[in-house]
Amino acid sequence: MIIRSAEQVPRVTALKRFPIPRNLGVPPESRLEQGRTWPAPAGTARMKTFEIYRYDPDLAGNPRIDTFEVDLDACGPMVLDALFWIKNTVDSTLTFRRSCREGICGSCAMNIDGTNWLACTRFISDLGKPATIYPLANMRIIKDLVPDLTHAFAQYALVQPWLRSKTPPPERERLQFPEERSRLDGHYECILCFCCTSGCPSHWWNGDRFLGPAVLLQANRWLLDSRDEATGERLDELEDPFRLYRCHTILNCTRTCPKGLNPGKSIANIKTMLLERRT
Amino acid sequence: MTTSNPKRSQPLSPHIQIYRPQLTSVLSIANRISGIVLSLYAIVLVVWLVAAAAGPHAYSMIHVFMGSWAGRILLFGCTFSFFLHLCGGIRHLIWDAGFGFELRTIYASGWTVMLMSSALTIIAWIVSIVLAG
Repeated sequence: MIIRSAEQVPRVTALKRFPIPRNLGVPPESRLEQGRTWPAPAGTARMKTFEIYRYDPDLAGNPRIDTFEVDLDACGPMVLDALFWIKNTVDSTLTFRRSCREGICGSCAMNIDGTNWLACTRFISDLGKPATIYPLANMRIIKDLVPDLTHAFAQYALVQPWLRSKTPPPERERLQFPEERSRLDGHYECILCFCCTSGCPSHWWNGDRFLGPAVLLQANRWLLDSRDEATGERLDELEDPFRLYRCHTILNCTRTCPKGLNPGKSIANIKTMLLERRT
Repeated sequence: MTTSNPKRSQPLSPHIQIYRPQLTSVLSIANRISGIVLSLYAIVLVVWLVAAAAGPHAYSMIHVFMGSWAGRILLFGCTFSFFLHLCGGIRHLIWDAGFGFELRTIYASGWTVMLMSSALTIIAWIVSIVLAG
């Protein structure tokens, strides 16, 4: 089956996860344990089971998986609606980030049924039995489904995502041809949800030094901007075996972007620019 | 940041333990694993050639092992690794040239690599069985 756009959920999958032990290579304080089950209220006609990652820093104990049975007639069609139903009627301690509920703020990014996506744009009907909800992969967890994005944003600040110019600013706007502006399409729409970065296996193994697809997409955005005058310096900063060249074109990023962007292509563009300036 | 207990370190969310295997990641790791298998296969080939040069007694030992079921399964795995790495390598070269990054093309080329490497392995084995008589 040829996937045409990232929001397609595969109809049939051979494996839901790699056939490795559940806690393989996991540090002791992150080992997952079985949690409690919250059954559906009596008289539920349509019901779906959700297995959700839970962790409370104020309580002792490791992270655990709680099983919730959700009444589908009492909540909206999206995964975020199910999470709200659980929080409002079953367990009010379930914690997750959310804001716009329309797929534009990037707050509700989480791992749903094995792939990173926004909870507010993933239909419950697309999920398997049971549906599994984990926080974004390979992130430090503050509580339940809330990842600590400090390191991700620090890596973003590293590429200096602002206009760098040497010439004095013009009287009015910095002008740009429409063709030059169209080069930014596919880059400016990034909502910094970090679905791509936390889905990149290379970032799992080298996340401390590899910048990751989200940051490199934005680095490419500034490299392509005709108004930016620090292209050479930006390329010098990126040309590093770890910052850029841990990318091995795995392309999980392009597969998982909830906005349909293509970080893999942008990273290839950076590599091409680095190659072209050698000649 | 932890609030009530700053000594407690934040746990790490699971990654490879829960992430869905997709064509993108599976073919990528298969390319790496087939590369490792091929490096070991190179050593096997050298052993085979040295045995062939050493004379009929040494060569017959290798010949018996390769003719057995274990040896044949090993050879099949090595042939499949060879063709998988070859087709995957061509896909990587096309990416290095800058083509084929749209999601539809990524999936089409990925399935092509799977099909071509399986087909080439089967063809290679049929041809060699026919030639061997």
